[in-house]
Amino acid sequence: MVLLLIVSAVTFGIFFLLPKLAGQSTDQLAQQYIGKAPTPADIAAVKKNLGLDKPVYEQYWDFLKGIFVGVDYKFGPEAAKCHVPCFGYSFKTHIEVWPEIQSRLPVTLSLAAGAAVLWVVSGVATGVLSALRPGSIFDRMAMGIALAGVSLPMFFTGALALALFTYQWPIFERSDYVPLLDDPFLWARTLVLPWVTLAFLYSALYARLTRAGMLETLSEDYIRTARAKGLRERKVVVRHGLRAALTPIITVFGMDLGLLLGGALITEQVFSLKGVGAFAVEAINANDLPNILGVTLLAAFFIVMCNLVVDVLYAAVDPRVRLS
Amino acid sequence: MTDSSEDRTAVPSQSAAAGSAAAPTEAAPERDAFLQVRDLKVHFPTDDGLVKSVDGLTFSLEKGKTLGIVGESGSGKSVTSLAVMGLHRASRQQRSKVRMSGEIRLDGKELVSADPDEVRRLRGRRMAMIFQDPLSALHPFYSVGSQIVEAYRVHNDVDKKTARKRAIEMLDRVGIPQPDKRVDDHPHQFSGGMRQRAMIAMALVNNPELLIADEPTTALDVTVQAQILDLIRDLQKEFGSAVIIITHDLGVVAELADDLLVMYGGRCIERGPAEKVFYEPQHPYTWGLLGSMPRIDRDQTERLIPVKGSPPSLINVPSGCAFNPRCPYADVPKDNLTRTVRPELREAGGGHYSACHMAPEERQRIWTEEIAPKL
Ligand SMILES: Nc1ncnc2c1ncn2[C@@H]1O[C@H](COP(=O)(O)OP(=O)(O)OP(=O)(O)O)[C@@H](O)[C@H]1O
Ligand code: SF4
Ligand SMILES: [Mg+2]
Repeated sequence: MVLLLIVSAVTFGIFFLLPKLAGQSTDQLAQQYIGKAPTPADIAAVKKNLGLDKPVYEQYWDFLKGIFVGVDYKFGPEAAKCHVPCFGYSFKTHIEVWPEIQSRLPVTLSLAAGAAVLWVVSGVATGVLSALRPGSIFDRMAMGIALAGVSLPMFFTGALALALFTYQWPIFERSDYVPLLDDPFLWARTLVLPWVTLAFLYSALYARLTRAGMLETLSEDYIRTARAKGLRERKVVVRHGLRAALTPIITVFGMDLGLLLGGALITEQVFSLKGVGAFAVEAINANDLPNILGVTLLAAFFIVMCNLVVDVLYAAVDPRVRLS
Repeated sequence: MTDSSEDRTAVPSQSAAAGSAAAPTEAAPERDAFLQVRDLKVHFPTDDGLVKSVDGLTFSLEKGKTLGIVGESGSGKSVTSLAVMGLHRASRQQRSKVRMSGEIRLDGKELVSADPDEVRRLRGRRMAMIFQDPLSALHPFYSVGSQIVEAYRVHNDVDKKTARKRAIEMLDRVGIPQPDKRVDDHPHQFSGGMRQRAMIAMALVNNPELLIADEPTTALDVTVQAQILDLIRDLQKEFGSAVIIITHDLGVVAELADDLLVMYGGRCIERGPAEKVFYEPQHPYTWGLLGSMPRIDRDQTERLIPVKGSPPSLINVPSGCAFNPRCPYADVPKDNLTRTVRPELREAGGGHYSACHMAPEERQRIWTEEIAPKL
C-alpha cells in the first residue's frame, strides 16, 4: 500500500515536472507530435486527440487509467487500441511506448543480472580475502585495483576493454544482442565485456565495503566466542563473520540494483547495445516526452521494488528486524 | 586456515634462571597439576612499542579447584585467560600480532608451542570459556539453541536432533525455564542473566575439564550476579572441573575460590590459598585492593578509596617493583631497592607467595597494626 502511494507520487511528480523541465508548452508538444510545419488546425486536433487541452489533473487521471486499463484513441478514420500498460505513443516514431521498452528489457536485464552476479561474487570474495590478511600483498594489490575501479569512469574502462579485446585481440567480436534462449553461448559472449566493465566499478566498491565490514565484525565478541568453541577458522569467518558483515552489503546491493539503469545507460552506449538505457538516451536526445515518461516510471518502479526486496531479505537475515 | 610455518611466534621460553617464580615447590619433579602455567609471557608489538600484557606468570590449578584471578583493569587477566585458551593464536592474523613464550600445560600437554589446530581441538572440548558481556558474546543472528548445538557438534559426531536434545538438556540444567521453547529464541529475546546462563550452558555442553569465566557477572544486576556465581559453583561440584574466575572484585571470589592470584602490570604479585590472601595479605597492592572493596557491614561513605594513582604502563614498566610509583611503603626497603631491583615471588609458608622487598615481619606488622583495623 505504502509502496503504491510512493509509486503514484513519483508518477505524479514526473508527469508534471518533466514537460516543465523540458520547457515546453502544450502547443510545442503537439507540434512535435505532428512533425514539420503544422497548421494551427492540425495542432488543435492533435491537442484534442491526445487530451492536451484538458486540465493537467485530468490528463494525469487519463494517464493513470491508461496504465491500468488501456486507452482507445480515435485518430481520424482508424481507431487505435493502446494496450495495458499504456504509456502512450512516441511523439517521434508513433510507436506504442511500452512494447518498445518491453522489447529492449531483455538486453538490459541480461546486462544487469550478469553484471550483478559478477560484481557481488567477485567483490565480496575479494573483500573477505583482503580482510583475512590485511596488509598482505594480496590485500594491497586488491585494494589498489579497487581504488582504480572506483575512480575510473566507465567510458574509459569500457572503451579500453573494447580497444583491447575487440580490436587489438578480437577475442570478443562485436555483435548485436542475441537472446539467451536462441543461443546461450552467443548471448554470454556478446555480454562478457559489458558485464566486466559494469561489474568492475561495482565490485571495486563491494570489495572495499566487504573488507571494512569484515574487519569490523572479526573483532566482535561473538567471533571470539565462535573461536572458543573450537570451530575451524574458515567456519568462524564464513558462518559467523561474513553472515554479520553481509547485512549492510544487502542494503547497498538493493539500492545499487535499483539505480543500475543509470549504469546500464553508459554501458549500453559504449558497447552499442540496444537496451532500455540506450532507449532512454534516444528519448532524451529526441525530447520524446512519452518515451521519457515511460522509462522514468519504469526506473522508479524498479527502485521501489528493489527496496521492497531488500526489506524482505533484511528481515530474513537479521532476526532482530523480524520482531520490530 | 592452519599453517605451522606461522608458529614461530612461540619463541623458546627464557632460561629457568630468569624465571620470576623459581619457587622450590614448582621446580620439584612432582606430577604436573591439571593446568600448569610457567613463566608465561604474552607480548604484543604495536606502533607505540612492545606491550607486555603478561610478563612472566606462573600458577597451577587442580581439577575440582577454583582459582580466582584479581587485579585492576589492564593488569592482564583477560590476556592470560585467552592465552590458556589459545585465543591469541586462533587465526593467522592474530598469530602475526603476538609473541608468546613460556609453558601452558593442560593435563601435561604443552599448548604454547603446540600446533594451533591441535589447541583448537581442545578448545570447547577440554577447556571452555565464558565472557563478560553475554549479549555481545552471542551471535545476534543465530538462535541460542543453534549456537549451543554448534558448540556440541564441533566435537561430537552426532546429528542435529541429538545435539538439539543436548542443548535443551543443558539449558534446563542452567536453570532456564521452558528450555524446549527458549531453545529457538534469539539472544536479544533473553534477559541479561538468562543470556549468561545460556553462555554457561554453551561452555559446559562438552563437559570441559577446565572452565574459565572472565568477569562473568560484571555486566549483570547485583541480584543476578549472586545467582550466576551460585550456578557456577554448583556446576563445578557436579562436574568436578577446574575453574578460573576472573574479576576486579576480591569479594566475588573470596568465598568461591580455593586459590587467589593477584595480578599487577602483567605479573603475579601475590598468590596462595584464598583465605590466606584474603585475611593475611602480604602485598601493599593487595591491601589497596581490599581497601577499595565495597563492604556490606560498612557505611557507603566510609568505604576506602581505590588504590591511588594509575595502572603502570605495559610498554615502559617502572623499574624495580612495578608498583613503586603508587606504593606508600616504597621507601621502607633500604638502598632504594624498590626502584632498582624487581622483587621475586617468595613463599611465606603454606603456598602463600608475594613479591615485595619489605621483610615479611615488617609487612606482617603493617598489616595487623595499620591496615586491618581500618578495613
Ligand atoms: N591484542 C592486543 N594488542 C595490544 N595490546 C593488547 C592486546 N590485548 C590486550 N592488550 C593490552 O594488554 C593489557 C591487558 O589487557 P587485559 O584485557 O588482559 O586486561 P584485564 O586485566 O582483563 O582488564 P579488565 O579488567 O579491564 O578486563 C591492556 O593494557 C590491553 O590494552
Ligand atoms: S617492593 Fe617496594 S614498592 Fe613494591 S610493594 Fe614492596 S614496598 Fe611497595
Ligand atoms: Mg578483561
